[in-house]
Amino acid sequence: MSSAAHDMGGDPAGPVDRSEPERTLFEQRVDAMQRLLCAPDRALFTVDALRRAIESLPADTYRGLGYYERWLRAMAMLLVERGVIAEDDLRVRVAALAAGGTTRRAGDPAGAPPPEAGR
Amino acid sequence: MGSDRHDHDHDHDHDHDHAPIAEGSAVSDESLRLERALRELLIDKGVIDAESIRRQIEVTESRTPAEGARVVARAWTDSTYRDWLLADAKSAIGAFTGLDLAGTPELRVLENTASRHHVVCCTLCSCYPRAVLGVPPSWYKNAEYRSRVVREPRAVLAEFGTELPAGVQIRVVDSTADLRYLVLPLRPAGTDTWSEAELAGVVTRDTMIGVTLPRAAGDRSAGGPVSVAPPLGRPGQDDPSR
Amino acid sequence: MTPPVRLRPGTRVRVDARGVDHHCRTPRYLRGRLGRVVAHLGAFGDPETLAYHRPGALRNLYQVEFEHAELWSPGEAGVLIAADLFEHWLSVEDD
Repeated sequence: MSSAAHDMGGDPAGPVDRSEPERTLFEQRVDAMQRLLCAPDRALFTVDALRRAIESLPADTYRGLGYYERWLRAMAMLLVERGVIAEDDLRVRVAALAAGGTTRRAGDPAGAPPPEAGR
Repeated sequence: MGSDRHDHDHDHDHDHDHAPIAEGSAVSDESLRLERALRELLIDKGVIDAESIRRQIEVTESRTPAEGARVVARAWTDSTYRDWLLADAKSAIGAFTGLDLAGTPELRVLENTASRHHVVCCTLCSCYPRAVLGVPPSWYKNAEYRSRVVREPRAVLAEFGTELPAGVQIRVVDSTADLRYLVLPLRPAGTDTWSEAELAGVVTRDTMIGVTLPRAAGDRSAGGPVSVAPPLGRPGQDDPSR
Repeated sequence: MTPPVRLRPGTRVRVDARGVDHHCRTPRYLRGRLGRVVAHLGAFGDPETLAYHRPGALRNLYQVEFEHAELWSPGEAGVLIAADLFEHWLSVEDD
């Protein structure tokens, strides 16, 4: 279940990298989605569940992903677990993006990002 | 891990149409696709909407450590406020800053003294007083800090350029549960005549985590509000660098 | 219904050494270690069940302080580590 990769107090590690790269749109969106989904008006999963889901990632996955990448996977896992989305629906959309297409229609609402060619 | 991806000059528009900057170890294409697929699926199902996401991003980005700095400056100059802050941080901070802290985790302030220095971490994840300080820096959430600060805090502090006087006890506080911690740094020497605004100017985010000390003389380290220098010729101000 | 507060500040406590297979907030570096209760922090819903979207019974939370030498070898003088731990992970250590 929990790989305990997250439970790292006292583990050997290298020097602290103090650099602070500018927050990316990816990070901002993941963060925003998490706040919205956990907010009292939606409360689709608890923050405890989010931590639990992150901790359930296999150790090498946990270590190989960035902070928000872990959050993203945990959120997707929980939304499926809670029946908010179907895993197949998500998988189909991811596959469509990987194939270089877009999941959106041409007349997207204002502010939707332009189709990102699968880079 | 550089952030130097913009090799042409333009205003930073968040809906730019070239490749997003990678975070830390590069965000994979897989992650980018997953984020977009999830977001669009949730929008199409009416669970969230694009406007709410955008507004939430704005709100989150607008939260800076400046309010925390003002709280510290007030506590330094007003011992009644300081006592309130130590007894009931959420109510004292909410009242002074106007921040709406309802629904945010319990908050406690850790007072540094001449003999005791606090530094805060979350070894298990990234618990942090977001309601007051905003988003935590990457290093706070990464393995090196989380692993080492509970084991060799002096060495970690040294990596931040911080060396405590001999005899000062270090207390590392691991935020393992529902409480979030904010450090009330020790007021630097030579600031007796400073205004609250000037004092707030030396209180950076990192001093409220506890990895650095507020510097009164000549230091303009990145990571927090800009110092406000007192006017020249101010009586009692003995720091010639000002 | 808040549970009775069982631990007073100053009490020496031993953190349970058990390993668990579910979400918990007692770091491994503290398991089995001896510390001292600093303060009762209040009662909070049990994260170990809230993490699974089951009701979280109110559990008393304490700040517990550990000497560096209790946790690591070699120990470093003048360093304390404090963590917030739930009552059901703590037992009183008799002198």
